[in-house]
Amino acid sequence: MLYNEPSPLEVKVLTRRFGLAHSASLETYLATDGYSALRKALGMTPEQIIEEVKRSTLRGRGGAGFPAGMKWSFVPRTSPKPKYIVANADESEPGTCKDRLLMENDPHQLIEGILIAGLAVDAHAGYIYIRGEYRYLIEILDRAIAEAYQHGYLGRNILGSGFDFDLYTHTGAGAYECGEESALLESLEGKRGVPRIRPPFPAVAGAFKCPTVLNNVETLSAVPAIIRDGGAAFAALGTPKNGGTRLFSISGHVNKPGVYELPMGFSLLRMINEVAGGMREGRKLKAVIPGGSSCPVLRAEECDIAMDFDSLSKAKSMLGSAGVVVMDETTCMVRAAMRIMRFYAHESCGWCVPCREGTLWLKKILTRFHEGQGYVEDIALIDELAKNMLGRTFCPLGDAAAMPTIAFVEKFRDEFEAHLDGRPCPFEKDSRMVTV
Amino acid sequence: MTFSPELEAKFEKLVRSYPPGNQRSALIPMLLYAQDETGSVTPELVDEVSRRLGVTQVEVEAVVTYYSMLRKKRMGRHHIQICTNISCMLAGGAELWDHACHKLGIGNKEVTPDGQFSLEEVECVGACSWAPAVQVNYDFHHDMTPEKLDQLIESLRKVH
Repeated sequence: MLYNEPSPLEVKVLTRRFGLAHSASLETYLATDGYSALRKALGMTPEQIIEEVKRSTLRGRGGAGFPAGMKWSFVPRTSPKPKYIVANADESEPGTCKDRLLMENDPHQLIEGILIAGLAVDAHAGYIYIRGEYRYLIEILDRAIAEAYQHGYLGRNILGSGFDFDLYTHTGAGAYECGEESALLESLEGKRGVPRIRPPFPAVAGAFKCPTVLNNVETLSAVPAIIRDGGAAFAALGTPKNGGTRLFSISGHVNKPGVYELPMGFSLLRMINEVAGGMREGRKLKAVIPGGSSCPVLRAEECDIAMDFDSLSKAKSMLGSAGVVVMDETTCMVRAAMRIMRFYAHESCGWCVPCREGTLWLKKILTRFHEGQGYVEDIALIDELAKNMLGRTFCPLGDAAAMPTIAFVEKFRDEFEAHLDGRPCPFEKDSRMVTV
Repeated sequence: MTFSPELEAKFEKLVRSYPPGNQRSALIPMLLYAQDETGSVTPELVDEVSRRLGVTQVEVEAVVTYYSMLRKKRMGRHHIQICTNISCMLAGGAELWDHACHKLGIGNKEVTPDGQFSLEEVECVGACSWAPAVQVNYDFHHDMTPEKLDQLIESLRKVH
């Protein structure tokens, strides 16, 4: 099902089957080149598959942007241990709702991507770790997996090639932290989702202490197109070192929010004005969070930017999971910072003290601030607290909470100052008391 | 403890999904699927699952208290979860939450006296482009407004 109208500016590679009748069925998949990449990959060596993925310059779509081909090459293929492929379908980054559509509309594309990853690293089993709230997707995926078994695309001796692969879905039960690779693996093993110290990285010791490739759903869903049409063709769709397309989840104050597949490096301003139909009620753009809540906010004047990993990193932000949150002139930046921090305080797993305590204190200070009870010293305190969290935790959640906060204070200091001395929020008639 | 044959079949499939010696992996799915049937994670359920998987009760408790969807308290027949995270907030999610609290006369994680409805203010549920989003049990409702929520609640009242 499609939840928003497609845009004529889209370049449909991963979403090419969206909107077709029974797009999730094997029949539709096979009628539209489905599993042709798997057939091709079965005739390739693992080195050739990895080379093709490297050539595509595909980078991790979960947020970190690590080159996928390189990640695969770290797996010790000759290790006697079994190897695993784990698809990260724990989509939970605020502002992001694209993996959901990939699984709902084209589950076989994901399965095919997982199989090709399996061939590349000599893995014979895989898990799709899906957030618990996405129960309906587990049903869709389980149906697709059953169909694939029935028709010889999963199980023993796939397509007569001698290659075996088993695939399972695994539900989470509500924890943002489990989207982090090592916490996800802990959760997959039936434990609390707390991060593991690295090294060893999952490529060496991942699921069940065995070599594991862990990729985001969108990353794995891009693999069939790369093998089918060649890595170079995929790379050419984007910008240098940022190959292919990306599913941008656009939300907030635009006329046509939605998930759109656009080439990497697409202009953020065009995205807002042409793809998403411009600002609602003709209001002025104030700020954009370009890649999900963990990414430092951009001021309106910084939004003339190419949406790829490197351009955003140059602008001291991140492309992250490509959740584009658009905010107009009526938005209170203190409230935005506070709401985002409330999220991180709720989701911090408690393993590392700087994150557990830092997020909680930042939430308290920002909440007090938004209610007009802030002191001028608090502004420096927020900044100092956040900076003390940076780089001091096992996983990136601490940084993910600190970085956007630092940016909110730095770029919208005037709005923080406007909340001082008991003054009510200038953007709201009655600033809402927050339930915690 | 006895479960429905469907749930037993699910358990059976689950424990076969992991490499030998790693049956503990079935713990979280098992608890969630069982909770769907029993309404909450009861001490009996903790005991049962701990016995079946050979995991100590305290380890099961540690898991139950970590994951936000696992709960020891029974929620309403229709558990209404309203997202107020950033994208939903920009689209009126907080106001929708206030409206729901007033309408049902309950607060966060509370249940109406007749056991029909419960409310929970949730973090991002992955419907940011169709905000504000509401989930009733596992069903998504997109682009919600106070009026649409009223209609939804009325239609759910008729479901028994």
